Amino acid sequence: MTTLPPVEDIKAQIEAAVPGCRITVIPNGSPSGQHSLLLDNDHARAAALFLRDHPSLRLDYCSLVTGVDWLDTETTEKVKVKKLVDGPEGSQQEQEVEETRKTKVPGHLESVYHLFSMEKKHGPVVLRLRTANRTDQTHLPSLTPVWRSAEFQEREAFDLYGIVFDGHPDLRRILMWDGFVDFPMRKDYVPPADDPLVEVQP
Amino acid sequence: MEQNLKELKIELSKNGIFTTTLEELYNWGRKNSVWPLTFGLACCAIEMIATTMARYDLARFGAEVFRPSPRQADLIIVSGTVTKKMAPQVVRLYNQMPEPKYVIAMGACAISGGPFRDGYNVLKGIDRYIPVDVHIPGCPPRPEALIHAFMTLQKKIEEQSLSGADRPRHLDADLPSEFPVPSFGEHGLEPPNNPDVFFNEPGNPLKVIQ
Repeated sequence: MTTLPPVEDIKAQIEAAVPGCRITVIPNGSPSGQHSLLLDNDHARAAALFLRDHPSLRLDYCSLVTGVDWLDTETTEKVKVKKLVDGPEGSQQEQEVEETRKTKVPGHLESVYHLFSMEKKHGPVVLRLRTANRTDQTHLPSLTPVWRSAEFQEREAFDLYGIVFDGHPDLRRILMWDGFVDFPMRKDYVPPADDPLVEVQP
Repeated sequence: MEQNLKELKIELSKNGIFTTTLEELYNWGRKNSVWPLTFGLACCAIEMIATTMARYDLARFGAEVFRPSPRQADLIIVSGTVTKKMAPQVVRLYNQMPEPKYVIAMGACAISGGPFRDGYNVLKGIDRYIPVDVHIPGCPPRPEALIHAFMTLQKKIEEQSLSGADRPRHLDADLPSEFPVPSFGEHGLEPPNNPDVFFNEPGNPLKVIQ
């Protein structure tokens, strides 16, 4: 059994091998310390191929694909601003006023891949891909051409989260039926009010 | 009159003369040969299988012959979670059974959705689409509970009358023996329940959820 190099080294290796690839390391503060690599969508396929085929990494087994829904978040911060304030008798004074500023951070959908190596007996390496937003730009490159085992699980992420995997050989719903339109694992999913014994009040 | 007949019957049997009525004979035969359908959905099915095995021995009640075809079955034991994707098939199996037919809803999921009730994929009880004769709570119910449900069903069969306004469904040509199969809609099953089978009793207040 070999040990994996730290994620920063893997990131540097990928960026050296795949020109133009931008990778962000997302730290994991828990004791397991499984930091993950956020790939950019344009170079994700090439980076994945590099991880699979590199002679010392040989991450030939994708054990898990999952979806995550990150909602739009709002952060509030208090900022001190200098403002002209009307004083007594029509005079104007400059005063420091506290203002709360709200900034919206747009949400996104994420797919997470856990990679292991059967040959080197090491792992996991965690990859993440993020969509641009949660509504109309929900496309991600499919990694099924790299790891066949991702096929059904990417279908599941498509079915339940609505992530559209470009390049997937057979992207259909897998758990829900074909005519179903919702994505039930999204955090803002509201199940239909279909109980004649229950009245739902807003 | 009926009381006198019963006393006469007991008196005769004490003297070695056996009498019966066609209704009693018919129901006695039916209640002791209820053949269930070989059909299981989840963990409750494991308990149902255990009930048929030597330790609990459902054969004592004449129900050991699990039939692999709905055409030969009298009873469907809905044993487990009914998902929305599976519900049309369960209703279709019930429709394919010949009358007289009975339903036992076994376990929390089959009677109400159970712990998965709020899930997007789970039907909130099979009694929304087909008439259920006996409900058994439990997660899963023990084999004794299934045997108790079975004995309750036997008692129900025994008390059915062959004629009159309260005769069972299979003797009343006006009552349906098949029930509409739900279809897959855009957000869930269409319709969400069969209003002829599952409805709120008049005067029963609705449960309000905010």
